[in-house]
Amino acid sequence: MESALLSGLQGLFLGIANLGLGHVIMILIALLLLYLGIKKGYEPLLLVPIGFGAILVNIPLADMMGKEGFLRFFYDAGVLTEVFPLLIFIGIGAMTDFQPLLENPKIILLGAAGQFGIFLTLLLALALGFEKLDAVAVAIIGACDGPTAIYVSSKFAPHMLGAVSVAAYSYMSLVPLIQPPIMRALTTDRERKIVMGVVKQPVSKTTKILFPIVVTIVASILAPKGAPLIGTVMLGNLMKESGVVERLKSAAENEIANIVTLFLGLCIGATMEADKFLRAQTLLVLALGFIAISLDTAVGVLFGKLMCLLTGGKINPLIGAAGISAFPMSARVVQTEGQKYNKKNYLLMHAMSANAGGQIGSVIAAAVMLSVLQGMGIVGGG
Amino acid sequence: MDTWTFGWTLALIGMAGTMLVLWILSLLILLLKKIFPYQPEDSTAKKG
Repeated sequence: MESALLSGLQGLFLGIANLGLGHVIMILIALLLLYLGIKKGYEPLLLVPIGFGAILVNIPLADMMGKEGFLRFFYDAGVLTEVFPLLIFIGIGAMTDFQPLLENPKIILLGAAGQFGIFLTLLLALALGFEKLDAVAVAIIGACDGPTAIYVSSKFAPHMLGAVSVAAYSYMSLVPLIQPPIMRALTTDRERKIVMGVVKQPVSKTTKILFPIVVTIVASILAPKGAPLIGTVMLGNLMKESGVVERLKSAAENEIANIVTLFLGLCIGATMEADKFLRAQTLLVLALGFIAISLDTAVGVLFGKLMCLLTGGKINPLIGAAGISAFPMSARVVQTEGQKYNKKNYLLMHAMSANAGGQIGSVIAAAVMLSVLQGMGIVGGG
Repeated sequence: MDTWTFGWTLALIGMAGTMLVLWILSLLILLLKKIFPYQPEDSTAKKG
């Protein structure tokens, strides 16, 4: 009886006995993520489940990511299969209005320049000694697009999913702090004051409906490995623009997106086990993620300067900073910065065009990357 | 394939490819707008 009592009591203290310093640090990091999400409002829809998932997976002996663990089930079903980010893409497509881009299509090129940070960061990551596919996963933080980063890193470097996702979502929410100094450093006072006229080119409903279909067919044929990314975004957008499947569109942007966001967040948190996350490499991933988004902004602004030059000063280079996928946050940053130098300058609609271009650009950049990797024989042709 | 050949190939083709695909899409948007120009009655289109 006495030994049974003792054994029983020992069972109660096994958790404490197995609690290591790594677990404690990770729980503190998880609490920080929860604080940022709840108190500061930084991407709360993702940071709250990520933070909570990180707590759960760092409870000693709870075995949440073990073979039959509760979080393992969702991870295997939704992340390893890449289904979760794709389902979120349908919701994003259903929520996105490409009208500003359709009104002013040449601005879409800023959405391409805004992705160059991905490829420049890839070179940096390789220089720092990352393995090829690990470098791809780090570089994709520069897409400034959470689901794209999750899709690519879960495909090529699932062991880095936690660090890549946390970096991607953290920096996306910090865009209003990261971008302005770069925008100011790369533009002159005269450039920042350029007033862009109102573009009045209304778009027909037929064009809006055909746009997602054409993009899917053309972009997927050019970059077939990216068809799941492109196809899901454009399916969502077709449901929105067609106006005939209101229930499906509503489900995609509400119920499906909400449920998947919850489980995706938990799964990302579940990859943040102490022994996998607390490495020097994680700090490098966070640093490279910051560099990637900074480079996106810099190249976007520089491309804006080039467009300004080619159009005889009709384009304000500041809108180049909006060529990233952080929608509509980046466009708002451009509007705010523009008004600091010219109170009568309304850059918002132009920046929204660039921002919508950045949304498509991030998906296309990932698609191109996947197809080039396939062409080089680095990944299999599925 | 060595690391730097891999890196530069992916970076150069990636940047050029992204720019090319988006440029083609911008041309297609212009084409769509030309074939299906906006008409005022679009704004009063029936709701689905």
